[in-house]
Amino acid sequence: METTDRNLSRRNFIKISGLTGTALTLGIGFSASGKDMAIVRASSAETTSIEVNAWISIDTQGKVTIVNHRSEMGQGSFQSVPQMIAEELEVSLDQVNIVFAPGNGRKYGSQVTGGSSTIRGSYQKLLRLGASARHMLVETAAKRWGVAAGDCYAENGEVIHKASGKKLNYGDLVAEAAKLEPPKEVTLKNPKDYKIIRKPLPRKDTPIKVNGKAIFGLDFKLPGMLFAVVERSPRFQGKVVKFDDSETRKVPGVKFVLKVNRDEFDNMREGVAVVATNTWAAIQGRKVLKVDWDDSAFLHHNSEELYAKMRELVKGDPISFRTMGNTAKTFAKAEKKVEATYETPYESHSCMEPLNCVANVTDDKCEIWGPIQGPDWIQQNICGHLKLPPEKVIVNMTFLGGGFGRKAFTDYPYEAVMISKEIKAPVQVVWTREDDMTIGPFRPGMVYQCKGVVTEGGRIGSFETKISGQNMDLQNPGADKSAYNSSDTEGFLEGYFNSIPHYSFGDSPLDSPVPVMWWRSVYASTNAFAFESFLDELAVKAEKDPLDFRRQHLGERYQLLIDKLETVSNWKARKRNEGLPAEASAKVGYGVAITECFSSIVGEVVKVSKDSEGKIKIEKVWAVMDCGWYVNPDIIKAQIEGSIIMALGAATKHETTFNDGKAVERNFDSYKMPRIQDTPEIEVHIMDNEEKAGGVGEPALPPFTPALTNAIFDLTGKRIRKLPFSLDAIE
Amino acid sequence: MATITLKLNNKSHTIDADPKMPLLWAIRDLVGLTGTKYGCGIAQCGACTVHLEGKPVRSCSIPVLVAANKNVTTIEGLSSENSDVVQRAWILEQVPQCGYCQSGQIMAASALLKSKPNPSDKDIDMAMQGHICRCGTYPRIRKAIKKAAQLMAQK
Repeated sequence: METTDRNLSRRNFIKISGLTGTALTLGIGFSASGKDMAIVRASSAETTSIEVNAWISIDTQGKVTIVNHRSEMGQGSFQSVPQMIAEELEVSLDQVNIVFAPGNGRKYGSQVTGGSSTIRGSYQKLLRLGASARHMLVETAAKRWGVAAGDCYAENGEVIHKASGKKLNYGDLVAEAAKLEPPKEVTLKNPKDYKIIRKPLPRKDTPIKVNGKAIFGLDFKLPGMLFAVVERSPRFQGKVVKFDDSETRKVPGVKFVLKVNRDEFDNMREGVAVVATNTWAAIQGRKVLKVDWDDSAFLHHNSEELYAKMRELVKGDPISFRTMGNTAKTFAKAEKKVEATYETPYESHSCMEPLNCVANVTDDKCEIWGPIQGPDWIQQNICGHLKLPPEKVIVNMTFLGGGFGRKAFTDYPYEAVMISKEIKAPVQVVWTREDDMTIGPFRPGMVYQCKGVVTEGGRIGSFETKISGQNMDLQNPGADKSAYNSSDTEGFLEGYFNSIPHYSFGDSPLDSPVPVMWWRSVYASTNAFAFESFLDELAVKAEKDPLDFRRQHLGERYQLLIDKLETVSNWKARKRNEGLPAEASAKVGYGVAITECFSSIVGEVVKVSKDSEGKIKIEKVWAVMDCGWYVNPDIIKAQIEGSIIMALGAATKHETTFNDGKAVERNFDSYKMPRIQDTPEIEVHIMDNEEKAGGVGEPALPPFTPALTNAIFDLTGKRIRKLPFSLDAIE
Repeated sequence: MATITLKLNNKSHTIDADPKMPLLWAIRDLVGLTGTKYGCGIAQCGACTVHLEGKPVRSCSIPVLVAANKNVTTIEGLSSENSDVVQRAWILEQVPQCGYCQSGQIMAASALLKSKPNPSDKDIDMAMQGHICRCGTYPRIRKAIKKAAQLMAQK
């Protein structure tokens, strides 16, 4: 490990935790291939310091520090990562300090917080890490007492000798324990013995999130720091011809006006930065800045044109991703068949904390602080641009005021770095809400064409979807444009592939200058609307109950989830006017959808009613999640509630449209969000099983919208095939 | 530019500011209290909510001059150690996810409970509808407001 790196990490660590003195540091070493992982012991020189290559540290007072190597953007890694490690280490979370790791992919493996991957991607190694430290502490105590390690156990930060009841605190053992070879094999606890995992323990970040003490990116300040806002091309690819800053420079507080670039998938996007002593002065300076843009080199598209193109594209031959049998032939010959087209909108991520980043570039070093989903990516990106070694590019994490995929992008830290480098001062670049909402990248709009066949026996005979929309991967320079989009089936239950005789999934990508990026649950967020609406249409064609229709194609794990969903929603006994006064003219409808993504399966039932004025009300949502092995049921419940409400927004409230090459919706007055009064009652259930851990932060989003539109169909007979739609305007 | 006295959380701060600067930026950038958040700048999201003479206002849309010499309370002034009943209820119900909008939500809830110690669902809708939470913590916000009302009644 490089000296500078260690010193810096230690300095930061001490600053955050106040920890000093001897500490046992364990880390996961990655082999050169980056694949084989082994637990390694820190060298003796490192036992008095805290290495970055580490999740666990213990000081001589017994205080434990656990590193969260992932972003905390609301989804709960700040709680769940330590909660896992503490279980195997046998310490209470009350004894634990939690610190963020700076970006360092070589030491932590991937830190990109996306794909609902924090738990499912690391739980086995983090549990082993906790257990390994526990073994070493027990062994040290046993040696000191002259007894067998097997006669001792660890509990609550102490090692206890069973026979005598003698105890030693971890703090008394740590210096010696650090000298031991870590065990090659460790025994992990049986889930039935868990004391911390599976418990709805309150989040350790809650207290600082209710009194203003939590530091988000926008709250981070450095001495002498300046504030910048950037006028970026209102059209996606405009170039700065010239700018006039004569009025800008008259605004009190404005210090610099400069041209700046922002890297967007290796395209350089241009802007003019106004740098001032406070945010408001920078905003005022920007208002009177005059920029001439050259935006003649590309299409000034509008939404109508984009969707017209996609509707054409789905009629052609797609790039096939996953196929079985012959869907075209089966469809042509079939008697009972259905064909439908579904459309989903472009969306803005609109995190409540707009994009921002602090950068401080000095002669030989670059340091960044911000709300960041991919600190290791950003480190790599900046190292490349500035030609600096990784130890000279420090990416520090703050809390994120939402992420949803947008904050994994490297453009906004890069822009901050370029400004700081130019003005030779620390700077915070603040995106206004309008910047955040109009610059992108966006969730791509999609058009789906589905063709399906129902057999005589009422099963799915054939299922074909063709997708058109922007493939996010194709934005990278040199991308192979003939490659299929492997996310074409995201959201579709894996179980269907074993039972549907003919299926075909393919895409016809749309070429467009609109920048696009992951949006919570990514392609599943739109695919599922098409897949699960279409399955409902097939069930109607088959004249079968929509849950029974799905059930007959699925194996045991799905059956258990469907059983649960049926029970909790009282599906079989559902009545059209249940729960309403007898005289009410209103009726109710029920819809269901089940989707699978990021290794978790979620089923949701939505109940809707219609009042005398024709307004649809969502009476209740039942959600059942099967995410296999899990950590904190209350965080899961919160993620499911939040996913459903975010889906509700994209289904019934907001969309980003384009006109004349610009995003039309600029702030929350036109990009309408769901509010407290729009929120239905949500009842959540989690399946208990021994399956591998699946994702939690995203998988509950995709099934909501089709469950809602299927319920509206059940109630009104009207099939909704285009999003967003208004609940107030269903005929 | 003008010299303005801000009475924030019972403490006076003298700042030199453009009188048209929104109170939000004066609190954040000039005084340095960052619990009050920027979300939209046009009074649509509620993240910047503070109390001005006890009433909830959108600090992004009030010029700092209007708040001069008046009592302003921010989230930091509610209580720094979470002794306030609304903060306690927010912890008990585990409301925050990302947490960014919660300062504004809590300030609005606190003002609601002062005028209506036992709010109905409709009262909660009316008082909180100006506040956006992108994480979707609304069900828990509703529960926490009812919990806070209970805690107040037990006093």
